[in-house]
Amino acid sequence: MPDTALEAVIGLEIHVQLSTRTKMFCGCELSFGDDPNVHTCPICLAHPGVLPVPNEEAIRYALKIGMALGCEIAPRSIFHRKNYFYPDNPKAYQISQYDIPICGAGKLGDIRITRAHLEEDAAKSIHLGDSGRIHGSGASLVDFNRGGTPLVEIVTEPDLRGAAEAAEWARLLRETVRQLGVSDVNMEEGSLRVDANVSVRPAGSTELGTKTELKNMNSFRFLQRGIEAELERQRELLGAGGTVEQETLHFDPASGELTSLRSKEEAHDYRYFPEPDLVAIAPTEALLAEARDSLPELPAARTARYEAELGLDEAQARLLAGDPEQAGYFEAVVAAVGEGAEPRVVANWVTGELTAALRASEDAERPEPGVLADLIGAVASKQVSHAGGKQVLAILVADRDADVAEVVEREGLAQMGGDDGELAGIVAAAIAGDPAAAEQIRSGNGKAIGAIVGAVMRETGGRADGGEVNRLIREQLGL
Amino acid sequence: MAVDAAGRGPPRIVPVIDREQVLHVARLSRLRLDDDEVETMAGELSGILEHVDRIRGLDLEGVEPTSHVVHLENVLRADVPWQSMPPAVALAAAPEPFDGAFRVPSPQADAD
Amino acid sequence: MADLLDLTVAEAAAKIAAGEISADEYGAAWRAAAAGDELNAYLWTADGADALETDWNGDGESAPAGEGDATPYGSNAPAPAASGPLAGIPIAIKDIFTTQGIPTTAGSRILEGYRPPYTASAVRRLTAAGAHVLGKTNMDEFAMGSSNENSAYGPVLNPWDRGRVPGGSSGGSAAAVAGGLAPAALGTDTGGSIRQPASLCGIVGLKPTYGAISRFGMIAFASSLDQCGPFTRDVTDAALLLGVLQGKDPLDSTSVGIEGGIALPTREDLAGLRFGVPRELGEATLDAGVRAVFEATVARIEELGGQIVEITLPHAEHGISAYYVIAPAEASSNLARFDGVRYGLREAGDEDLIEMYERTRSEGFGAEVKRRIMLGTYALSSGYYDAYYGQAQKVRTRIAQDFDTAFAEVDFVITPTSPSVAFGLGAKTDDPLAMYLNDFFTVPMSLAGIPAIALPAGLAAPEDGGAGAPQLPVGFQIAAPAFAEQKLLDAAHALEGALGFAAAVGDALPWKGGARA
Repeated sequence: MPDTALEAVIGLEIHVQLSTRTKMFCGCELSFGDDPNVHTCPICLAHPGVLPVPNEEAIRYALKIGMALGCEIAPRSIFHRKNYFYPDNPKAYQISQYDIPICGAGKLGDIRITRAHLEEDAAKSIHLGDSGRIHGSGASLVDFNRGGTPLVEIVTEPDLRGAAEAAEWARLLRETVRQLGVSDVNMEEGSLRVDANVSVRPAGSTELGTKTELKNMNSFRFLQRGIEAELERQRELLGAGGTVEQETLHFDPASGELTSLRSKEEAHDYRYFPEPDLVAIAPTEALLAEARDSLPELPAARTARYEAELGLDEAQARLLAGDPEQAGYFEAVVAAVGEGAEPRVVANWVTGELTAALRASEDAERPEPGVLADLIGAVASKQVSHAGGKQVLAILVADRDADVAEVVEREGLAQMGGDDGELAGIVAAAIAGDPAAAEQIRSGNGKAIGAIVGAVMRETGGRADGGEVNRLIREQLGL
Repeated sequence: MAVDAAGRGPPRIVPVIDREQVLHVARLSRLRLDDDEVETMAGELSGILEHVDRIRGLDLEGVEPTSHVVHLENVLRADVPWQSMPPAVALAAAPEPFDGAFRVPSPQADAD
Repeated sequence: MADLLDLTVAEAAAKIAAGEISADEYGAAWRAAAAGDELNAYLWTADGADALETDWNGDGESAPAGEGDATPYGSNAPAPAASGPLAGIPIAIKDIFTTQGIPTTAGSRILEGYRPPYTASAVRRLTAAGAHVLGKTNMDEFAMGSSNENSAYGPVLNPWDRGRVPGGSSGGSAAAVAGGLAPAALGTDTGGSIRQPASLCGIVGLKPTYGAISRFGMIAFASSLDQCGPFTRDVTDAALLLGVLQGKDPLDSTSVGIEGGIALPTREDLAGLRFGVPRELGEATLDAGVRAVFEATVARIEELGGQIVEITLPHAEHGISAYYVIAPAEASSNLARFDGVRYGLREAGDEDLIEMYERTRSEGFGAEVKRRIMLGTYALSSGYYDAYYGQAQKVRTRIAQDFDTAFAEVDFVITPTSPSVAFGLGAKTDDPLAMYLNDFFTVPMSLAGIPAIALPAGLAAPEDGGAGAPQLPVGFQIAAPAFAEQKLLDAAHALEGALGFAAAVGDALPWKGGARA
């Protein structure tokens, strides 16, 4: 029996490939999907005698990430060598940061960041499969194009309390890094890689249980599923009186299974020591100011502002904040509408009707913010019905030169009010045309009113205001 | 050296390196030593370590370690691509080039 | 022809520039001399001309060798410049420097047949100044050794006595210059690998300040200590080569260069200069003949107007211990890239990756290299880091502070270069610790990163030589504060003139025509 009283404790380790033009320590271009080994030089192939020189842009990107995550920036940080043999690690050491990372403690949302440091990516090995030899475990091919790509590794404190929360926070992190413009953050292509450290403990306890490390979850969905599976496994294990073993687990998205990556090798001893080929990084005031000034308003801050200042609900605010381009448009429309409509109404139009209208046609384009503002204002002031407004919008997205008033006029979409008697006449005709429905309404079946309303709407081509039609029907039926 | 929370000092390290340690270090170094070499290596390393051990007794509390005599900072490279090597040159010295890549035996399967 | 080979580099360069001698004839004479190598000083010579075709872009042209190239390699191998301070001068290059298309082994079997795709920055600086690569010289494997007996390609013989070692690790470069097989050579010094062989071969060897010359393309032994420098017959040539070699290199983050460059020295007195003699020298283990030459040289300094001051280097005695932790630790990491994947030797082991690694490295590396990899791995491994590596780095701080204190009082620190003259082949190969103690006088300067020059100061009879054994050269070491190379070379030039070593030895010098014949 899984012990559900056990609380989940989750920390994430995120590797972000930086989208600089060149590698971390040499001038070879970054690429994805090119022929193998076309972006290599003596340095990234670790020929004898070569030396690394750090990419200035990668330092800038790391500073931007650190600032976006509210990290303390180290006044002076150094690189270390992490020593281990592997074919995708050509120097047999990875240049990384160890005890003094460039970005120290920070916070994103409610989750504390332990550190964010710079390092270089490994090359890519492709397993060739069994070679057919008796003891053969086959061969691998190594492609060094990716080797040396700048990485920022972000480590969180174990502050996450569930699989869904972890996945949601990872989405926020991705969106934040994406908006910094420092990475493609594509999980499938591996430019964003998320590993999870998972453990459980009795609810209320402050001690940490033994954790396992989950790797290879290349989408947020798999991240959530992987953590869920591991939490369930640990709860079951402990519920049955067992113990969790510290190990690295590989998540197979196809089967949903976790397999241990226990290898026959002895435990790792990375023999970290300060990289003697590099000097310290001590960000200058100018470099720090440049990074600070280039920070856009990030999703978490924008969400909070939309909630507090514009009165949006959280889901709506987050939806907009997750797409800075759309958010910018939204803000322009809010400004143009002025007092004409609530920002919440504008948000509904931008994320709802407009998105739908744009999706309807490949050639569709967003109207100028002022034009959409005109339309929203017209609907809000009941000059055009909501349904009529959608028809106008369909025309606006197809024709950038269209004017709201002119379209309303041309299409005869001006809302029919109750004042001129025209609408009352149409309602009376509709009641007369469906006496059965009228009788049902009179006898208390409120739902039957839909049939009469539908008939009025058909007759008016959607120009009538639904609320007014309802009122007139009830009035004429003496209710 | 710091004393840990339990009040223990640094572990006492026996300077003489034994056979097991030699084998462990050889594994970390990806070197294979035959039995004679292990014996010889244990003897020679012990001799050197005994000499080197003199510095372990020095009181250097509070002395900053020098990992580098160059006191430069921020020596960086502009993010400008240079010409990479043609793949034929990259692979020219490879013991086992294969399909434009470097062929290696696969690591042992993960499963036991 | 012998006349041409008797010229120093500075003399030959001047005559070539003035059109008094032909660069072609001069180069041919040296190529012929190098081809007649009987000392095993060379692993490759230009005379054999088996450089690999490295014409990447197929235009048949060599790339012009320029300074400050953006990439570490041209599409083609660099060609010597037509003019420059070293125009027409052939120079022997220690096989630790990469040379595009030319075999580069670092004295190791693991790089047998390896031809690098790029050329070291130091070599490019030489060719940009008009020099030619005369050959690649033998060395202790990966620069680990003090006798050149650790080369996978056989030991180098000392040209003064072929039954003795030339010192190491740059033994081939030292022997080539001393033996009349090259007018000058490039070496590297990590703990004494230029100064000690220069001393044992009776020539000038200069280890510049760490950072003075780019390390790019110098196959790394101990990255925080390695520094490139020249072997020459005299101090003027050392200054000429240093002037060309020094400079900041965008491919080496730790390179600085020497502000103001280097001028050829002209100084002939030592008036007003203070020379510090470490008090600890009194207790040092030192051959009597070496001590006598040292004391005579100190007297000569005073005659030239220099002042002798007793100083103290209290931590220098721990230099060897610190060095034999730091250097192997860095080496264990630097040499991990030799794994049989991308270049160099691969021993089959097709069934398993780890087996391939272990067989390749066990069969590719020699005994001394394995010993140091093991030592360094141990010193860095979990549980031992603080006790060994951390502590050694602190000793290093103390040694550097000792020098700082001394240089507040004196301009230079002087010591013998090596405790003995050249020893017999095989004499110390079974005792690694005894071999390491050869570096006693040279290691402290390496740890402090300061410049030091070894000058031939006299001759002494070897203590292991028996009656009638020929006298052998004794070196004298002068160390200076970081980047004070100009002052160091000026003083060394004055002392060299007063010592008159080459004139005193005369035709018995191995590079002189008589000995060569």
